[in-house]
Parts: sequence; structure tokens; C-alpha cells
Amino acid sequence: MSGPLRVFIVDDEALARVRMKALLADIAGELPNVVVGEAANGVEALQKLAETPADAALVDIRMPQMDGVELARHLAGAERMPAVVFTTAYDQYAVQAFELNAVDYLLKPVRAQRLAAALEKARRGVPVARETLARLSPEPRRHLSVSERGRILLVPLADVLYLKAELKYVTVRTREREYLLDESLTRLEEEFVARFVRVHRNCLVAREAIAGFEKDAAEDGETHWSVLLAGLDEKLPVSRRQWPAVKAAFAGEGKA
Amino acid sequence: MSIRQNPAPTRLPDFGNLGVMLRCLLGVNLLALFAALARNTALARLPEELVELAALVEPPLIASVVLLYAAGRPLARLPYAAALAAVMLASAALAALFMALFTPPGVPPPSPLRAALWAAAAAAAVLLYFDLRHRAFSPALTEARLMALTARIRPHFLFNSLNAVLGVIRSDPRRAEQALEELSDLFRVLMAENKQLVTLGEEIALCRQYLDLEHLRLGERLRVSWDIEGCPADAQVPPLMLQPLLENAVYHGIEPCTEPATVTIRAERAGEEIRIVLSNPYHGENAHHAGNRMALDNIRERLMLFYDLEARLDTEAQEGLFRATIRLPYRRGGTA
Repeated sequence: MSGPLRVFIVDDEALARVRMKALLADIAGELPNVVVGEAANGVEALQKLAETPADAALVDIRMPQMDGVELARHLAGAERMPAVVFTTAYDQYAVQAFELNAVDYLLKPVRAQRLAAALEKARRGVPVARETLARLSPEPRRHLSVSERGRILLVPLADVLYLKAELKYVTVRTREREYLLDESLTRLEEEFVARFVRVHRNCLVAREAIAGFEKDAAEDGETHWSVLLAGLDEKLPVSRRQWPAVKAAFAGEGKA
Repeated sequence: MSIRQNPAPTRLPDFGNLGVMLRCLLGVNLLALFAALARNTALARLPEELVELAALVEPPLIASVVLLYAAGRPLARLPYAAALAAVMLASAALAALFMALFTPPGVPPPSPLRAALWAAAAAAAVLLYFDLRHRAFSPALTEARLMALTARIRPHFLFNSLNAVLGVIRSDPRRAEQALEELSDLFRVLMAENKQLVTLGEEIALCRQYLDLEHLRLGERLRVSWDIEGCPADAQVPPLMLQPLLENAVYHGIEPCTEPATVTIRAERAGEEIRIVLSNPYHGENAHHAGNRMALDNIRERLMLFYDLEARLDTEAQEGLFRATIRLPYRRGGTA
């Protein structure tokens, strides 16, 4: 590699970032590096990293809005993904999950030597697989990340009305527009089981987005139902197989 | 008020207590039953043997219980070991005496020496039972429970604070010094044997130090609003009653926010009751509930150990706010 290692720092605590910069300056002799940017949470980091490419990112695990593991999951879909080194002061759950999946992490307060070793290893090593990152997450993601023209767009899950599988991709529908997502519908259903309900073999609808149901006259003499969406003039067919479950889920929400 | 009682010494049971007498009678009869079973050769003869044995055992047993009842007070003044020996000797002597003088008719009398040994062994067994019982219910156990319950600070806070101190140490050594001083004050309290009530004023001072450390870490993100004018600072509270609640509030309420958020502490006196309300923003789905509940249960149990049913801790979460309310009786402390 030519030139110093470009490092990006993500931590919600300002003094933790100050400390990390001081350490990076300390090890610059043995591991030439330059801090190209810093962010206080995952969302900010994704925005800045799109502007400023980095070779490595030091990422705190516990952060507001978007935690470190979710950030890494979104970065895994990026074209120029920095090598991620996780840091944590103490997080029993995370540490257990990391040990279990053999993912490296740094304990804060971090020592200069450990930092140098971890950066060196991350630069040469294989990036952590997306499946592994998914296993590290204690909670479902709060955003879906969509790659468009080389950039990562974040779609907050709260905005998603439905997810529909089509050929190779999953269509993500919000009130404003559609996005194409390169993930499996089954995995999405597993991860966001609390938020979405399956209405059809190829479609998950956000429970909150269901405004009601409509009975359709059917040619074969059987009744078919469609989901009406809140804030979107579009109907989604409910398969006969899913209808009892959908009805029950809806009744559970107290709307039917 | 304090739950510190005399260190619980092992002591004789109170032989004047009806329950104790009853347990003595039952215990020895149970032993006699086992002895009869062990000696028995033909099951058909067991009832007969039991009656014979009872005729031998009951008189000296009842005499022993009466003697212990009469001699209870002087016995209790003896050192424990001497008292134990005295009880065993008295039982043995009474048994030997009865065997030598009043043998029931028709039964081959056992030798007085054997009777004495049996009586001493039975007395020892009963005393052992009382000793174990005493240990199980002693205040020492309550104390140990209280020690174990003493709120433990989250390692998360300690390591992040140390990291923040390291962050500030080069640019602002004085601030770093101050933070380490506060940290050591905090840990001095945390590592003390917190068995005595403290004043609310002391607890609040500790909370301010704690929050100052969190300020170093979280900066502008943490805002604190105190409303404690209406509460006497000399009110007595369990040590570390508020600090863990504040720690919860910061961990679950402030840290998950990107925008500045406020923790509110209100304390007031209403008649003979002190009411302390702590509230913070609440992020339903993101809170790590287990840790939160553990801290709350811990405080609840300590309130119970100090105040029994006179104090309580209630929590509610609604409209984006988490609120913890402590009610406890107003008791004045020595110093405010």
C-alpha cells in the first residue's frame, strides 16, 4: 500500500475520539496513518465515508441512532468498504457474540500497541462476512441500506410500507418511492418479524401500514382479500394461505 | 435507624419458649422412634417396643425440659461451649438417675451409663438442630444479603469514564485530576459496607459527583434538572439508593439519544413521607430491559430490608418518559 493508512473514527463520546486520535498519532512512527474523519454515530459515519474514503474504520459498538454493528453491516454493501475494527468499553452481550464468532475487537481504554496490531491485521485480513455481522446484532437493524450509483442510501425501517420479492431483488416501498434491495425476503422476515407480516409468498407488509382489507370479487367464485395501505393508494393481494394469519395479526393490533 | 445489630453469636435456644420446648420433645421422640426401628427384629413387635421405649424415655425427657426451663437464665449467661456441655451433662445425669431409681415394671432396665450416653447424644442432636436453625435465620445473613445487594456500578461506566479521563489528560490535566478525584470518591462509597442509612444530602452530593463524571463523557448530551428544595436534606435514606437509578437513566435514557436529553430529579416531603421522582426519556424498543430490571429489583429489595413495607419503588413508562418513584418514611438523620 502506498501512503499512510487512512483511518476513520466513529464514537459517540467526543473524548473517546480525542483519545483515539492521540493514540493514532503515537503509533504513526511504526504505522503511518492519517485520520480522514470522525463521526458520532453510524448514520453520520455512512454519510461522511461516502465523501471521504478510508482504509480502516475504528467503530464503537454502542452508539445512539445506529450502533457499530449495524454500521458495519451497511458498510459491507459498499464498494470501497473500509476494514472495520470494533471498539467497546464493556458490553457483555457484544463481547460474548464477538468471541463466539471470532471477530476481533478492542477494549477501551485501548492501548497503543493493541491498536497498531489490530489496524495492521484488519488491513491485511478478510473483512467480516455479512452473515457473521448479522449474528453479532443484538437487535434488528433500524435502517435498510440500498446501493445506488455507488452510494449507500439509508432507508429507515419506520418508513417502509412493504417489501416485495421480485426476480433477483426485493422492492422496498416507502410513501415516496421504491428502492431495490439485494437481500432475501426470508431473511428479512426473520429479522423484522415484529414489524412485518407476510401477506403473500412474495410480500411482507408493515403491520403499522395496514389500513384495512378489501374483498375482491373473484372469477373462480372464491373470495380474495387485499390489503389497503395507509398513505399509499395501492392494494396488495393476500394469499388464501396467509389470510388467517394476517387477519389474526391485524386483530391483535386492535384495528379489526 | 440501622440494621446493624449485635454480631449474631451462636447462642442457646430460649428454653422458656413454648416452641423450643415442643421442638425438644418432638426431636427426642423422633430419635427414640429411629432407635426403636433400628433395634426392631420383628415388625409385629414394633408398637409394643415403642411403648416400652417411651416409658423409658419420656420421664427423663420431661424432667430435662422442666429443668432447662427453670435453669434457662443462668445457662444463657454461660459461654456457649460451657452451656452446651451443661445441657448435655444435665440430660445425661437425669437419664441415669431415672434408670437407677424408677425403672418401670416389667421392662428390663438399661444400665444407667448407657441411658446417660443416649441422653447426652439426644441432647447434642437437638442442640445441633437449634444451632443450624439459628444460623439460617440470623441477622448476619440479612447483613450478608445487604452486602451482596449493594449496588454495583456498571463496568460500562467505569471503563468509559477512564477512557474519557485518558482523552482529556493531555489537553486538560486539571480536568483529568478532578475526574479521577470524583471517581475515587464514588468508588470509596461503592466499596464501603453500606449497612447504615445516610442522609439524603449525602446521597445527592454523591449523585452530583457521578453526574459530573457522566458530563465529562457525554458533554452537552446530558442535561440534569434538580428540584429538591422542598425536601429536607437530613432525611435518612439507604446508601446508594439514587445513584443506581441515575445510572439507569443515563444508560437507557440519555446515551441512546443523539440530541441533548434531560434527567429530572424531584424530591419533596409530604407530611411524614419523602417522595423522590426520577424521570428520563424512554426509548421503548431499544432499552436493554434486563439490566434495568436488575437494578430496580436490587433497590426494591434494599428498601425492604431497611424499611420493610413502609417504603416502595414504583416505575412507569409512558409518553416517552420513564419514571421511577420512591416513597419512604421521613426520618431525621443525626447530621444534615
